[in-house]
Amino acid sequence: MSKTIKLKRGLDIKLQGEAERNISEALPAATYGVSPSDFEGVVPKLLVREGDTVRAGSPLFFDKNRPEVLFASPVSGKVSAVVRGEKRKILNIVVEADQKQDYEKFDVKPLERCGRQDVTELLLRSGLWAFIIQRPYGVIANPEDAPKAIFISGFDSAPLAPDMNFALKDQTDNLRKGIDALKKLTTGRVHLGLRAGDDGVISMLTNAEQTTFSGPHPAGNVGVQIHHIDPVNKGEVVWTVDIQNVAIIGRLFNQGIVDMTRVYAVTGSEVVKPAYVRSVACAPVGTLLKGNVKTQEDGGSVRIISGNVLSGRKTAADGYVSYSANQITVIPEGDKYEFIGWAMPRLGKFSVSRAYFSWLCPNKRYRLDTNLNGGHRPYVLTGLFEKYLPMDIYPLYLLKAILAGDIDKMENLGIYEVVEEDLALCEFVDPSKNEIQKTVREGINLMIKELN
Amino acid sequence: MRGLRNLMDRMKPNFEKGGRFGWLHSTFDGIETFLFVPKDVTTRGAHIRDVNDTKRVMIVVVLALIPAMLFGMYNTGLQHFRAVADVAAAANIWQCFWYGFLRVLPLILVSYIVGLGIEFFFAQIRGHEINEGFLVSGLLIPLIMPVDVPLWMLAIAVAFAVIIGKEVFGGTGMNVFNPALLARAFVFFAYTPYISGDKVWISGMLKGQAVDGFSGATPLTTASESALTGGGLDLGGYSAWDMFVGTIPGSIGETSTIAILLGAALLLLTGVASWRIMLSVFAGGYLMGVVFNLIGADSYMQMPAYYHLIMGGFAFGAVFMASDPVTASQTNTGKLICGFLIGIIAVMTRIVNPGYPEGMMLAILFMNALAPLVDHYVVAANVRRRNARLKTANK
Repeated sequence: MSKTIKLKRGLDIKLQGEAERNISEALPAATYGVSPSDFEGVVPKLLVREGDTVRAGSPLFFDKNRPEVLFASPVSGKVSAVVRGEKRKILNIVVEADQKQDYEKFDVKPLERCGRQDVTELLLRSGLWAFIIQRPYGVIANPEDAPKAIFISGFDSAPLAPDMNFALKDQTDNLRKGIDALKKLTTGRVHLGLRAGDDGVISMLTNAEQTTFSGPHPAGNVGVQIHHIDPVNKGEVVWTVDIQNVAIIGRLFNQGIVDMTRVYAVTGSEVVKPAYVRSVACAPVGTLLKGNVKTQEDGGSVRIISGNVLSGRKTAADGYVSYSANQITVIPEGDKYEFIGWAMPRLGKFSVSRAYFSWLCPNKRYRLDTNLNGGHRPYVLTGLFEKYLPMDIYPLYLLKAILAGDIDKMENLGIYEVVEEDLALCEFVDPSKNEIQKTVREGINLMIKELN
Repeated sequence: MRGLRNLMDRMKPNFEKGGRFGWLHSTFDGIETFLFVPKDVTTRGAHIRDVNDTKRVMIVVVLALIPAMLFGMYNTGLQHFRAVADVAAAANIWQCFWYGFLRVLPLILVSYIVGLGIEFFFAQIRGHEINEGFLVSGLLIPLIMPVDVPLWMLAIAVAFAVIIGKEVFGGTGMNVFNPALLARAFVFFAYTPYISGDKVWISGMLKGQAVDGFSGATPLTTASESALTGGGLDLGGYSAWDMFVGTIPGSIGETSTIAILLGAALLLLTGVASWRIMLSVFAGGYLMGVVFNLIGADSYMQMPAYYHLIMGGFAFGAVFMASDPVTASQTNTGKLICGFLIGIIAVMTRIVNPGYPEGMMLAILFMNALAPLVDHYVVAANVRRRNARLKTANK
């Protein structure tokens, strides 16, 4: 019998465009693009040049700071372009896909005969180590660390997020194998967070230590789950893996290949038919959204997001889905003026504040745009952020410690326990329109810089 | 609206950096964002944002102040006509209101013009956007002044509050003391005769317009004096109902508990102000009143405890001043502690210190100063919990 943890604080933002429960197969795309900036803190060094042929699972680049960490191509084909931006920063490594996929073959010993070293080496070689994210800091794990536990969130509670029980319904074997492989990496436990009331493949993964969570978003954030199961203290490290990535790791151990097929929820108010789609990672959003985006009136445009509306990455219409995204969201851009909007009733818009009226219709689904809805101000209101972070942390004090660059205070106030997504709701509700997630990342980067 | 928008768009380049009026950028921006919510979109982080912003927050507080302001105008007229013994005019609501309107409006205008002028000036120097915080302070200040305060004095007080109270700390959100209370404290200490005594609370009395024998003393003063002379409780002839409704002398906006409670209802319903602070201020004040009831050494101490909550500026301070999120405690626990102490100190000052018939202003300013300390200990408890966890983990 697993433990249940009831969370009260948080918020479910109800948006239009929830994915219907059917999975279609995406058409094979001509090109796939890997962006090194999807990996926090990685300085990419290329292992391929334009014109090289690669297989699915072949390394494309490595991290200069930790050369053993490789990053694999999701598909086989020819490297057709390395797109660079300012200061020659690598933006995208574009691979022109073969008609028929050719996989790098990895020798996989049966797990029973594998030790920690074997599993680590295989994950490093296959490029799947990049899926193992450590906490503190939310960066790729150091293979030499000994994590006290590994955490997997079995559900995503973000707005319009995919139902993992549905998306992974045929992946039981891979998930089970993935968890078994991860168990080799820690002397502690492998924890799996479940949503109260859910019943599906995820809850059948009894080889992990299960804990059930009830409550609004961010209950599905792995950081929140860690905080309530076994919080990260100073000097400790835990690892986290996204549930779809667990399946990909399992697939490697089952089949000896890197098969980066995953299921995306295509969601948002501007999607004609929101539904699930199966595709290899890093596909062009144009292919995944083909003919499925509503036309905008009056010269309006849409925002395409790899991930959810709270912490996803803005993606250009001709760009590629982020490496580990499980969701694509399309919402209207809000680049329009609104006459004395702050004094208007604004019935179609959402606010947690009762200074507006959305609290009167709690079940209404909203079509929200990207407008900032106000100007940037210093932090004025207090007592607000606490309601949206179900952790024993004072968000405003932590943020101010970060802004002051005070390492000791940041440490004391909980910087080790959070990453950007955990404070995304605070950013959403902030009437002073501060970029809170950016602040959190700057704080984390400062910690990394000062302590290493 | 489209025409206005086009006009703004045509003017805008002149006010950008390098434009002819580039030095007026913040001013233009202030006016533009007042008229139009900007088209700025999110770039990273949360792609959607709550529709609430500081303008909305401030406008809710201003709305909440309107009942107290309107009643204050009416009461100004009422008190005046009572003082000059014009029974017919005092009975005419509209005549009272009109008289008060003409008295109070100049105060509000001076407060806004001086305060906003300084705010625009500082925003311009700093190259910041203009903060809407003064929209609230600018209305609060006249409402906590005696109606006959000279306009020049008000102007100086506002300037002091905005510059010393706010801008030197870095502007809205950075100030330690509530700017409006600071303005009042400034007048209180610099021009004491204009904000204390029996004659300042009723329009025209300083000029000797009242009929002979009419006392303009507030219930707070008479209650305090009656206790000093050892007599029975004297509320200047006013009943608890008068104090609750607000037909008593006092600062413009503070007299009517009903009007203030209407504002409080709006603030609490919208969640703009903290119920923790309001509740704990009232609880602290009431409890202190009960404690003095138990001591019961003089007639003032024996006064029913709830009278304190409806007399003087207690309710106004609790609802509109103590709950200012910037200067109040920032943690929920701290809010309860600080609010409670405000109530206690305010009532204690009233009864124990006859030099200050009204203790609310100084109680709030005092707790403004102490709030960071209280918060420090509340946050330190959180740090201790975190470190204790580490110790158990290391065992």
